[in-house]
Amino acid sequence: MRIILAIIAALLAAPAIAPPAIAASPSFEVVQRGQALAIAGDCVACHTVPGGTPFAGGRAIETPFGNVLTPNLTPDRETGIGDWSDEVFLRAMQTGIGHDGEHLYPAFPYPYYTHVGREDLLAIRSWLATLEPVRNVVARNEAVRNQLSFPFDIRLSMAAWNALFFENGLFRPMPSKSAEWNRGAYLVEGLGHCGACHTPKNSLGGDRTSATLQGGAIQDWFAPALGSDLRTGLGGWSVDDVVEYLRAGRNAKSAASGPMGEVVSYSTSHMPLADLQAIAVYLKDQPAVPRDAIPPLPASDAGMQAGRAIYLDNCAACHTATGAGIPRLFPTLSGSAVVQSPDPVTLARVVLIGAQAVATAEAPTGPAMPAFGWKLSDAQTASVLTYIRNAWGNVAPAVDAGTVASTRRHLAQRAGN
Amino acid sequence: MARKLPGVDAVIVGLGWTGAILAERLTAAGLKVVAIERGPWRDTATDFPPSYAPDELRYAIRQDLFLRPAQETVTFRNKTSETALPIRSFGSFLPGNGVGGAGTHWNGQTWRFLEKDFVVKSHVTERYGKSAIPEGMTIQDWGVTYADLEKSYDSFEWTAGVSGRAGNIAGTRQQGGNPFEGPRSRDFPLPPLELSHASSLFAKAARELGHSPFPCPAANASRAYTNPLGVTLGPCTYCGFCERFGCGNYSKGSPQTTILPVLMRRPNFEARTNAEVLKVLTDRSGTRATGVTYVDAQGEELEQPAELVLLCAYQFCNVRLMLLSGIGTPYDPAAGTGVVGRNYCYQTGAGAQLFFENTRMNPFIGSGALQQVIDDFNGDNFDHTGLGFIGGGSISCGQTNGRPILYRPTEPGSPRWGSAWKQATVAGYQNAASVGSQGSSYAYRDSYLDLDPTYTDRFGRPLLRMTFDWHDNEHKAAAYATQRCMEIGRAMGAKQVLARNLSEHYSIVPYQSTHTVGGAAMGADPKTSAVKRYLQSWDVPNVFAVGAHAFPQNHGYNPTGTVGALAYWAAEAITSQYLKSPGALVPT
Repeated sequence: MRIILAIIAALLAAPAIAPPAIAASPSFEVVQRGQALAIAGDCVACHTVPGGTPFAGGRAIETPFGNVLTPNLTPDRETGIGDWSDEVFLRAMQTGIGHDGEHLYPAFPYPYYTHVGREDLLAIRSWLATLEPVRNVVARNEAVRNQLSFPFDIRLSMAAWNALFFENGLFRPMPSKSAEWNRGAYLVEGLGHCGACHTPKNSLGGDRTSATLQGGAIQDWFAPALGSDLRTGLGGWSVDDVVEYLRAGRNAKSAASGPMGEVVSYSTSHMPLADLQAIAVYLKDQPAVPRDAIPPLPASDAGMQAGRAIYLDNCAACHTATGAGIPRLFPTLSGSAVVQSPDPVTLARVVLIGAQAVATAEAPTGPAMPAFGWKLSDAQTASVLTYIRNAWGNVAPAVDAGTVASTRRHLAQRAGN
Repeated sequence: MARKLPGVDAVIVGLGWTGAILAERLTAAGLKVVAIERGPWRDTATDFPPSYAPDELRYAIRQDLFLRPAQETVTFRNKTSETALPIRSFGSFLPGNGVGGAGTHWNGQTWRFLEKDFVVKSHVTERYGKSAIPEGMTIQDWGVTYADLEKSYDSFEWTAGVSGRAGNIAGTRQQGGNPFEGPRSRDFPLPPLELSHASSLFAKAARELGHSPFPCPAANASRAYTNPLGVTLGPCTYCGFCERFGCGNYSKGSPQTTILPVLMRRPNFEARTNAEVLKVLTDRSGTRATGVTYVDAQGEELEQPAELVLLCAYQFCNVRLMLLSGIGTPYDPAAGTGVVGRNYCYQTGAGAQLFFENTRMNPFIGSGALQQVIDDFNGDNFDHTGLGFIGGGSISCGQTNGRPILYRPTEPGSPRWGSAWKQATVAGYQNAASVGSQGSSYAYRDSYLDLDPTYTDRFGRPLLRMTFDWHDNEHKAAAYATQRCMEIGRAMGAKQVLARNLSEHYSIVPYQSTHTVGGAAMGADPKTSAVKRYLQSWDVPNVFAVGAHAFPQNHGYNPTGTVGALAYWAAEAITSQYLKSPGALVPT
């Protein structure tokens, strides 16, 4: 009825013009909000093939059980989500059930999106509907299958997975906390799906909910803990440090690269400052992980001595002899959570194959760490990693050559893919 | 027939310092800009990782970053009566190639020319009379003054992150800086580099002799620095791999480390690499450029139409492109008419090689502009009455490098091979130093560039022909500078002080300097200059040619500071004047 009235109103106002279909369209404000929320959700990162049309899907998302191809989110009716009703869209986002009632794989972070409110999800849907429809056959075509191992190749197995690990439910604010804190929690636990990387996974790929945001291994990176632990979490960062990192891709201590670089590039560097501030406030209120205190390796340790020599020859020019680095250019190694993380895979990969900090409009430099894998052996790499993990007040278990060798192998396999 | 591409607002030939500066300024003004670069893409992260960037064999000996003669070279002769032959292996000078151009492999010595350099002809005539300018010398005023360019120099220095100590801020003398320099509107963005041992000995000796030593302005960052574009440089590590190398430590100001990270993000900018511009196209009247033709990496010939054509390639490449495209009247040395090819100049080197006893110069601590300098014998900072020459040079001592292959100074009489040679190089490494003068190279009627009648490039286009030799004035100036360098060397306490004189005739074989300049001078008179004071072609007003080709003669410094300033100067003229009313900025 309302639609008919709107059409009549439009006809009265501009009788020469055919009734505009936008009469039933969401307001400009809703579409804009949807875009902002889609940015907060970083949808584009997964739903775009590198260099391809944004949101047209087809990117292979790596999971420990095989690759999952992302669907086309443009409003193409045949190959995208153009023929989805709002209710189908909501069901997918909140419960992981696809258009035809099939189970979606939780590489799609519906266990997080289930916490997002209906209005916000529909705003995202409204914005997606404004994109140019792109014909791109992914997943819904039988010829392009997800590349998963048994039993995960059977979608119905996700029903069992859901029964085990999926907890449906909207975000519930904590009345004892500030509005800012709650906004941060809503973003981190919902659209931001930070835990997808930063929460450790069990053997079936479900979140270890007892260890939320305590750091997780993903695609030969280790996403550090986001709790207040001084050595391995965000304990050494201020709220401003966190905000600057998310906004610019770097702060005085560290720089984002790899998967986090993508998050900054596509998502957080475009988010409103108030939201970043809220995220920082929430993260800074996360508890520290209780860990066994271990003593640092003594400087007299043979591995430490070898590592120090390698460090001074190869690393000190940028990271400086004291591990202080150059603020906002070359990361600080002393006190760094990446350096002291229990899992040294990020460190090993960065030394072996290098890395480049994300470049943003605010921090366009995008400095790079060179690869040393061609000149340092596994043992030398292990020594230098052991050194930086135990120098300048750092404390972390030694790295052995076997761990480096295994990372090297994985990286070579990945490069061969 | 070239395939015609959609038009753009501006096409830039060459993506070195000037191309990057103009592209940044013009895209900021909203223009759609395409830069066409003959060489490959080069970036700090991908091309100069410090894990292998300091590779002397690859970069210094095999000249990885430089133009290959097979791509473009020049033919050379000392005088008109000789037959020029093509340079098949660059020696005397090493033109850059690829994104960043010479701005990638330079040392970082970032000078402003002296106030009187820009009005050298008027000044010399006024002070010493017309007869002080020798017969055949064709020096001329620039058409711009130091005061005109001050803001542009400042822009370049703050973009490139230059370390130094001002000698004159807004007319007030500054302790420890160059007392002869023109007034700066403000200090350098960064404090000077530390001193090397040799340069501290030099500074002390020079002071004792009554001179005024000061630190060379260095685009080697003495501290971490974020420039006005938001790009960050790291502090120089004094590794000594600047000249001929890309800097992997993000410490040397270059297009890569200061401009490209911002420029490449702009949606209205595109860089096309491995693509060589063949010609600037003009309409039938010959007074309006319509774009350029170029050959891309696949060998396809393409036409890029553009409203503005900016020639930002290396000095002689710009001159050649103007000659090949019929932009400006070619210079005729016999008649003394025409402007394109006129006033080709170089740089006059002289100095003293020093050997000390039982000292530790530690030359492995080096940086491209790590030196102390005196300007007491540069330009007309000293009275030339009775000396028999005009011009002069900066005199410096420092340590650009102590690299293992090429830095092997040995005392005269040392064996040239075997274990005794090895011992001599060990001693020489720690005991050697040198004091050098980088002198002016003034213009002459018989030193010029034109198209070679015989030799062509791979596309069948005539090569550029260089006709150049030293003249009596430069021999005398160099001999004078050598004496000054030797005096300082002796005062430094060197055991041996050996003269390094200018060769009798200029030779293109040994490396001397990549400061080739002139050939399409800027100026106020269309009879003696190819481009106006804003670097705009007199004949084709939508062509601007920006670079060292516009120097009417060379002065006693490295050219890059002035080249960068000219780029900002031209960019300002284009954005604030030309775009509002396209056409001649100075009436013909």
